[in-house]
Amino acid sequence: MPNEAGGLRETLAQRGVSRRDFLKFCSAMTAVLALPPRYMPRVVEALETATRPPLLWLEYQDCAGNTESLLRASKPTVAELILDVLSLDYHETVMAPAGHQAEKSLMDTVEAYKGQYLVVVEGSIPTKDGGIYCTIGGHTALDLVQEIGGNAAAIITVGTCAAYGGIPAAAPNPTDAVGVRDVVKGVPIINLPGCPMNVQNLTAVIVHYLTFGAWPATDQLGRPLFAYGSRIHDDCERRAHFDAGQFVEEWGDEGHRKGWCLYKMGCKGPETFHNCPIVRWNDGTSWPVGAGHGCVGCSEPAFWDTMSPFYRRLPSVPGFGVEATADKVGLGIVAGVAGAFALHGVASAVRAKARPLNKTKVEVEEE
Amino acid sequence: MHAVCSVRAVENALGIEIPLNAVIMRNLIEAAQYIQDHPVHFYHLHALDWVDIVSALSADPAATSDLAQSISDWPKSSTDYFAAVQAKVKAFVETGQLGPFANAYWGHPAYKLPPEANLMAVAHYLEALDWQRDIIRIHAVLGSKNPHLQTYLVGGMALAVDPNSPAVLNIERISLLTKLFTKGLEFVKQVYIPDLLAVASFYKEWASLGTGHGNYLAYGDFPLGVGDPTTHPELLYLPRGIILNKDLSTVHPVDQSKIAEYVTHSWYEYAGGDGTSLHPWEGETRPKYTGPQPPYKFLNTGEGDKYSWLKSPRYEDQPMEVGPLARMLVAYASPDAPGHASVKEKVDAVLAHLDVGPEALFSTLGRTAARGIETWVIAEAALEWLDQLTANLKTGDLRVHSGELWDPSKWPAQAQGFGMTEAPRGALGHWVQIEDGHIKHYQCVVPSTWNAGPRDGNGQRGPYEAALIGTPVADPEQPLEILRTVHSFDPCMACAAHIVDAEGQEIVSIKIQ
Ligand code: SF4
Repeated sequence: MPNEAGGLRETLAQRGVSRRDFLKFCSAMTAVLALPPRYMPRVVEALETATRPPLLWLEYQDCAGNTESLLRASKPTVAELILDVLSLDYHETVMAPAGHQAEKSLMDTVEAYKGQYLVVVEGSIPTKDGGIYCTIGGHTALDLVQEIGGNAAAIITVGTCAAYGGIPAAAPNPTDAVGVRDVVKGVPIINLPGCPMNVQNLTAVIVHYLTFGAWPATDQLGRPLFAYGSRIHDDCERRAHFDAGQFVEEWGDEGHRKGWCLYKMGCKGPETFHNCPIVRWNDGTSWPVGAGHGCVGCSEPAFWDTMSPFYRRLPSVPGFGVEATADKVGLGIVAGVAGAFALHGVASAVRAKARPLNKTKVEVEEE
Repeated sequence: MHAVCSVRAVENALGIEIPLNAVIMRNLIEAAQYIQDHPVHFYHLHALDWVDIVSALSADPAATSDLAQSISDWPKSSTDYFAAVQAKVKAFVETGQLGPFANAYWGHPAYKLPPEANLMAVAHYLEALDWQRDIIRIHAVLGSKNPHLQTYLVGGMALAVDPNSPAVLNIERISLLTKLFTKGLEFVKQVYIPDLLAVASFYKEWASLGTGHGNYLAYGDFPLGVGDPTTHPELLYLPRGIILNKDLSTVHPVDQSKIAEYVTHSWYEYAGGDGTSLHPWEGETRPKYTGPQPPYKFLNTGEGDKYSWLKSPRYEDQPMEVGPLARMLVAYASPDAPGHASVKEKVDAVLAHLDVGPEALFSTLGRTAARGIETWVIAEAALEWLDQLTANLKTGDLRVHSGELWDPSKWPAQAQGFGMTEAPRGALGHWVQIEDGHIKHYQCVVPSTWNAGPRDGNGQRGPYEAALIGTPVADPEQPLEILRTVHSFDPCMACAAHIVDAEGQEIVSIKIQ
């Protein structure tokens, strides 16, 4: 049974976490969620009284990269997350029991908390040939995600594979892999794409849910606006160099050593929506552009097909080519979010024509 | 690890030599991977096969403190500290929501540690969770983020270096790396190794269980200078080699052309028939599922049955175990290798502490111990490599990339190559064929395929299957002993292993974590 008596605050106090640290955590979360500071008391209050919702973490066609990302959680830490905030009742990689006993943990929660538990899905779902390309305990991923996910309070997909099919769905998609939204209906689904997802965004989604009893607002791809509402390019620390026409021309050249813009080295920041430049990675230590490598657009649907070759600069659609003067490029790209969506559509459509169409690409074209 | 292996394969195909800074940065990233990944395996994926959390609740915190202080100088060892950990675990258990620890094998007769050792291990389970998160920031500094670094380029690395620039790898960032690597070595020496020895001393019977074929393959890794590491094994700190049938007196050379994969018992088909084997350059990956239609309870694993999505790699038709044990054995038996002295010193110290001979290495316990020894070896070496990087920057060499062949239009019309690395879980190889600037053919042969693959065309078992033969199981419904051996390989997948008894009846199926 959940701990009805005490909320997170009380449990944390038992674990020796000071009120000061707790408030620091709440204010960090308020900031990640892009909420005005006046919301902070609400975050504090909600977390002080929340019980631990059961969470089932399901892995299908995945590389465990999002699980690794979970282990990097710092606000709160993974130990706090799984001991104090949530009840992580099933997670193949980290749970202690195995085999039948592990399946028992899963089914106990599905039966006891029907409609109340949360599900996280990592990895895509293969649908070809009756789903035989991924089975667990003799059941297909397709059956499992529909049954377990279909009875959840909500599903959070972590990583681009669970959100949109990701790398397993890349052309020629040999197993007809899809994302969770394609096969589970009638349950709220929040997508946290990325390769992998940034755990700080997962934590923030859960805190949002515990605070407001509702899921954060999302874009048409199911991504929370607080994390995917602005373009990498608009928040990038190298943007001034882009606007000034200062580009890295070769790896290790003077511009590279001075931290200039990576557009000519293939950066996909102008087509990618994610908060990497703001929250960064590994406790704010760095992020791809910060460490000298362009963005590869990993949080966009079908990025493996539409964003590659990763080192070729974005195609020269009018106003966006580096052949144009830097001023024109800058002006063209700051046309705004709507413009960026259009650009994305154009680029995807152009590339989709050059390759055999598959399901995922058609979807991108429609968007 | 796949990223570095793939760029090495292309560099090998095109004959590209990367600059020394890039060589060292790759070594440092890989070293950090070992230093973070091996302890996570030990504490978070393997320890609970040996450590009973519930028993920790009855430990005496004062006696736990005595025990901890008798084996290590690690400062977090007071009675109060262990009492606080115990109180936290108790409070957690009393919520009634056991989360990932529900339905495990607590109280199983195969658990042998006294309550105090269990409490100490639980405390370090929690400490290691925080520690690993900090250590892996090394990857963010050198490779932008973890997991899934974005920095490997054909020809070098994407992180510019300049001691005097704010936006790149500079002196401030190098001192952060020094701090993190030092913190890594401290934890390994003061917590991981003492815990490993303490736990192992209660489970010495596992030094003669879980052996398998006794064949070990290491590609070797950590080149100490400029040159293609796949064709210049003499550069490698951890050496390349093969040990056959547990014979440490001879290390055989590795010839990649002798590697081939079977699909006889795998859900694939070969154009030339499923009884044959193919070298990776000729490799075919055509799925052919013949198993039962889901939902099903059992897989058939008989003579003519296919039962796995893994192929069966073989070296000269022999199954090979890969991983930390293979690497440590090859280094131990290769006196000319740069890393030999450090490996030998530490292996001998561990064997002496446990009062066992080298034959104890060929076992479940040996596998788990080798992983710890290797972490210690690499954590020490990494600090030297960091000095090597600083020394090279001092000479004014700021190159991170060889760009002559960056543009594919300069490539030959046809090329082929292979890349070899040592992932934490073992020998990893990529084979590439390039035509007109595009990949024509690509095959990866990965560590868990070597270790976990099914029987081959000659009916020989893979290393997991062979290692499980003869494992005593106290309670078939709670096959904790099986998990010990399977987990000792550090499997890189979540799938089901099926254990079949003498009559061919499946006794239990186990989810490999
Ligand atoms: S192109 Fe990339 S590096 Fe340049 S400003 Fe935009 S996001 Fe930053």
